[in-house]
Amino acid sequence: MSRQMTGAEMVVQALKDQGVDTIFGYPGGAVLPIYDAIFQQNDIRHILVRHEQAAVHMAEGYARSTGKPGCVLVTSGPGATNAVTGLTDALMDSIPLVVFSGQVPTFMIGTDGFQEADTVGITRPCTKHNWLVKDADKLAEVIHQAFHVATSGRPGPVLIDLPKDVQFATGTYTGPKQANVANYQPKVKGDIEAITKLVELMETAARPIFYTGGGVINSGPAASQLMCELVDATGFPITSTLMGLGAYPASGKNWLGMLGMHGLYEANLAMHDCDLMINLGARFDDRITGRVSDFSPKSTKVHVDIDASSINKIVRVDLPIIGDVGHVLEDVLKVWKARGRKVNREGLAKWWGRIEEWKKVRCLAYAGSETVIKPQYALERLEALTKGRDRYITTEVGQHQMWAAQFLHFDAPNRWMTSGGLGTMGYGFPASIGVQIAHPDALVINVAGEASWLMNMQEMGTCSQFRVPVKQFILNNERLGMVRQWQDLLHGGRYSQSWSESLPDFTKLAEAFGWKGIVCSDPKDLDDAIMEMLEHDGPVLFDCLVEKHENCFPMIPSGKPHNEMLLAADAEAFASGAALV
Amino acid sequence: MAALNIKKGATSHSAYDLRDTHSEVESSHTLAVIVDNEAGVLARVIGLFSGRGYNIDSLTVAEIDHKGHRSRITIVTRGTMAVVDQIKAQLGRIVPVHEVIDLTIEAQPVERELALFKVQGTGEKRVEALRLADIFRANVVDSTLESFVFEVTGTPEKIDAFAELMRPLGLVDVARTGVAALSRGI
Repeated sequence: MSRQMTGAEMVVQALKDQGVDTIFGYPGGAVLPIYDAIFQQNDIRHILVRHEQAAVHMAEGYARSTGKPGCVLVTSGPGATNAVTGLTDALMDSIPLVVFSGQVPTFMIGTDGFQEADTVGITRPCTKHNWLVKDADKLAEVIHQAFHVATSGRPGPVLIDLPKDVQFATGTYTGPKQANVANYQPKVKGDIEAITKLVELMETAARPIFYTGGGVINSGPAASQLMCELVDATGFPITSTLMGLGAYPASGKNWLGMLGMHGLYEANLAMHDCDLMINLGARFDDRITGRVSDFSPKSTKVHVDIDASSINKIVRVDLPIIGDVGHVLEDVLKVWKARGRKVNREGLAKWWGRIEEWKKVRCLAYAGSETVIKPQYALERLEALTKGRDRYITTEVGQHQMWAAQFLHFDAPNRWMTSGGLGTMGYGFPASIGVQIAHPDALVINVAGEASWLMNMQEMGTCSQFRVPVKQFILNNERLGMVRQWQDLLHGGRYSQSWSESLPDFTKLAEAFGWKGIVCSDPKDLDDAIMEMLEHDGPVLFDCLVEKHENCFPMIPSGKPHNEMLLAADAEAFASGAALV
Repeated sequence: MAALNIKKGATSHSAYDLRDTHSEVESSHTLAVIVDNEAGVLARVIGLFSGRGYNIDSLTVAEIDHKGHRSRITIVTRGTMAVVDQIKAQLGRIVPVHEVIDLTIEAQPVERELALFKVQGTGEKRVEALRLADIFRANVVDSTLESFVFEVTGTPEKIDAFAELMRPLGLVDVARTGVAALSRGI
């Protein structure tokens, strides 16, 4: 298929041919031709945001909850620079996005024209790849290549910068099948010798553990299914990073809970004491490893990752397997079954015995209250009252995010959207809108802190305009809770700038945008208030006034190893002096 | 279980200090990076080095295949083996990068650099400069009554040595191309 059309029409045509149904964006001078093309069709729905950063987070929410790439359209200059935080967030968390930015006409590039910015220069380090297209005849191929790059290998955001004259110019459109993508074909099959070696290690290991990450979810639902099959068949314990929650069901019998800085005691201790660590699609982030030199000192480490640069980046591994987690797991299962499904039963039984001991510590225990809503209690009730529903959760960044990861349970992948690598406050609200747009009939809840939530609160208008019934569940402690917690534990209780002053009346704010506002401060009213939120057919701003000084435990202080976790009971005895990063 | 006998551990300072310390020996590596000759590709490579804190001792780039639209970037870098491995992996995931070849991994590659030296002087010094240039097989590519421009080709060490000799003889300017390198044999 090749025919003549303008660059702007090609953008719309290419989106259709790539199966895109929604684009998040904000118009401006340098993208007017594309907006004109969007105006003249009905296949692609445009969601008008209130700030470009939010457009990118919405596309991330859309992408994470569907497995399809998210699409964004912004104008030149400030439109593009506002998108940078979202692009960096997507790069860190490996989320496939295709972002289109307008640019001044080619003959004006470099003249400091109105709303000109060096967008490809600015976004080069925060995209997987980017293109400045100067020729309408090449535009269609670049767009199709962009979708290929964004979605293959380790996914990530890509950006196409489109000068205005290229949008007006006429050129030849070519379809996705004609695009040359041979240059970028990441390896998906793992080396079979290494896989056999892994199976050998699995057969004899006495204290094995699966440590899984976002790569399993990115690989697709089939990878999660294969992983569950392998975990259940071997009887090995499994823990996951923040990004990987839901790939193995939280209700599964081998589930230890999340690991890492605020992960569960049993998960971190098992990581520390294991003799075989099988890393599936995780990247030894510093929030996972703690002090690297003391990270799981007794284990043989296997690392399955599609990105060769993740291997040996932080932790030396004994057996690297480069490939797509799904493909590798398929082969692991095949080889393991063919060799007689062997595991070290005696060793495993003892290992589970130790894990059961660690579980008895009940690391998530907290002091309840009859007068104040504890944030953990609020999430326990939210979990209980939404369990079994078609539910998607997003979060902002901070204490509430860690409590959500601890107290909400996910039984399927793509149901949990949170900013892991970059830790972007302001992510959750727009991400929840993107999720809701992809799943109009689902229950979409953003678990937020009031400080994070305010960072992108302008998107209330977007929800009202497009009738997006997201539920904003704000654990309002009038503090930057995680900052306050670090100041409490590590800076002598000097709470420098970590409180939320001059907060709005959230119920009035809700009314101002035509939302429903709910405020709740009494634990006895909480269930009814949550039910009221769930039953309302429209967006809800739930101001849950919680305990102001609650700290999130367990916690591995930064720079400490896994076996030096702080539990709630130890916190007061904790002397400062940990390496702070 | 320690089947493959790889030493553990990296650093005791902080989780952000990601440099592996189990092999402290730094060595120089010459990398050939074959890339699509497209706008911005050099910026991607250089941005990777500056963004992740790697060293560049020398960098050259030129198109090597006009029809195939390919360029060859030759980078001389320095680091422990773990860092060099990481550099290669990071280069390898840049989309327009086709191939990353570590020319130093097996044997020293053939390395050549071209340099121009402007030497100012008269009398004995001028004669001595010309005599040394002859020993180094340098060509005189420009000459006035008070100056020469010498063209020298050779390993970076040879060019360093020539520069040292020219300095007391009136060296006023140097231009070096950086290293071009190929592996030995087939």
